[in-house]
Amino acid sequence: MTSDRKIIIPGEVIVKGNDFLPGEGTEKRGDEIVALKFGLAEESNKLVKVIPLSGTYLPRRGNVVIGKVESVNFNGWSIDIGAGENAFLSLTEVPRYVNKDGLEEVMDVGDMVVAKIWTINKRGIDLSIKSRGLGKIDEGIILKVNSNKVPRIIGKEGSMIKMIKDETKCNITVGQNGLIWIKGNKIEDELYSKKAILFVAEKSFVSGLTDEVKKWFEEQKK
Amino acid sequence: MTFKREDGRKVDEIRPISAKVGIIPNADGSAMWQSGKTIAIAAVYGPKEHHPRNQRDPEKGTLRFNYNMLSFSVTDRIRPGPSRRSTEISKISEWALAPVVMLEDFPNMVVDVHVHMIQADAGTRCAGINAAAMALAHAGIPMKNMVSSIAVGKLDKTVVVDVNKHEEDYEEGEGSTDIPITMTPDGKITHIQLDGKITKEQLMEAIEMAKKATKEIYEVQKKALKEIGK
Repeated sequence: MTSDRKIIIPGEVIVKGNDFLPGEGTEKRGDEIVALKFGLAEESNKLVKVIPLSGTYLPRRGNVVIGKVESVNFNGWSIDIGAGENAFLSLTEVPRYVNKDGLEEVMDVGDMVVAKIWTINKRGIDLSIKSRGLGKIDEGIILKVNSNKVPRIIGKEGSMIKMIKDETKCNITVGQNGLIWIKGNKIEDELYSKKAILFVAEKSFVSGLTDEVKKWFEEQKK
Repeated sequence: MTFKREDGRKVDEIRPISAKVGIIPNADGSAMWQSGKTIAIAAVYGPKEHHPRNQRDPEKGTLRFNYNMLSFSVTDRIRPGPSRRSTEISKISEWALAPVVMLEDFPNMVVDVHVHMIQADAGTRCAGINAAAMALAHAGIPMKNMVSSIAVGKLDKTVVVDVNKHEEDYEEGEGSTDIPITMTPDGKITHIQLDGKITKEQLMEAIEMAKKATKEIYEVQKKALKEIGK
């Protein structure tokens, strides 16, 4: 296989031979590695995987996500993270004492929260907010993009998001589920930042995107 | 073979086909399939939370297929809404797709497939399955393989591929027999129906013809899916 990435459909053979290992979205049938999903086939260190181009968000352990409180239970909150099922945030994640009757005072229905996926099991998804930068969102704006475009918005080792942050002087948190939280000092900064992110999302298939965005920022300054 | 088809096609020639992926922006996956005058559009939503809760399956996911013929799709307006026929085709199409969709990957969840016929000229269930297979792939749902579907018919004593409405109503001699077949590209049958009379030899001939026709269909599906990623 060549080093450039190619589009693959389910059931299509990606590579033949026993030198490769099947990764995410692939399966080994005989001596062929077959795709199980529609997306880009990528090979690195003899590991073949498929990066999906479209579809819903698939939760993974360790992902930082942004969700909305759907309901308040007696021992925690049920949070919609845009996956097939709701995630659960336990009361024990809140570092201070909370009255069992006053869970709404910490987070109420409709509040947005930044959380990390702690575990995924048969019973559901559990979230954690015991890390820096996680917790309830108080102010700023939230926008939604397709979750498959998140890697492009972050860029290689965060290069893209760092550039947008520096240019717009906003604090941006990107959830792996496609929700993005922007917080700046002025509403104009936040809207500018939103415009930039939507531009990246729209151009997500272009190669050399970082340079393209750099150009875009220069144009905007004029 | 001297049998002559009214639109001048050869017995093993399918109608002109075209396909497009990503036609419905709000759906997780969508596709359009056109085969002659038959046009089907498919939209896929999910995997998402399964309601009603009592129908949930904790072992594997559920596939829900909804086939609907729009009232203007045929020359005589048909009554909109579910009918005996559409419920049956929904179930049949669901079974045609279920063997390739890896439902065990999303327990307690459901994938909804909605197929609408915006123009009908026979072979609607096949067009629906073709569109649905592309839409499922577009929605990023794990699948073992693609499926392609074609209706083979027997007009009097001749086996022909991809019958249209006019041929389906053929009444001379032995009349017409309709055999919709769905296959994976490696020739495994996931769905076969037969309405009418046919000998074993001719059925085998029909399956061979379907195998050839589904190869052509698969290539078009593949091309349509690859175009969207560019």
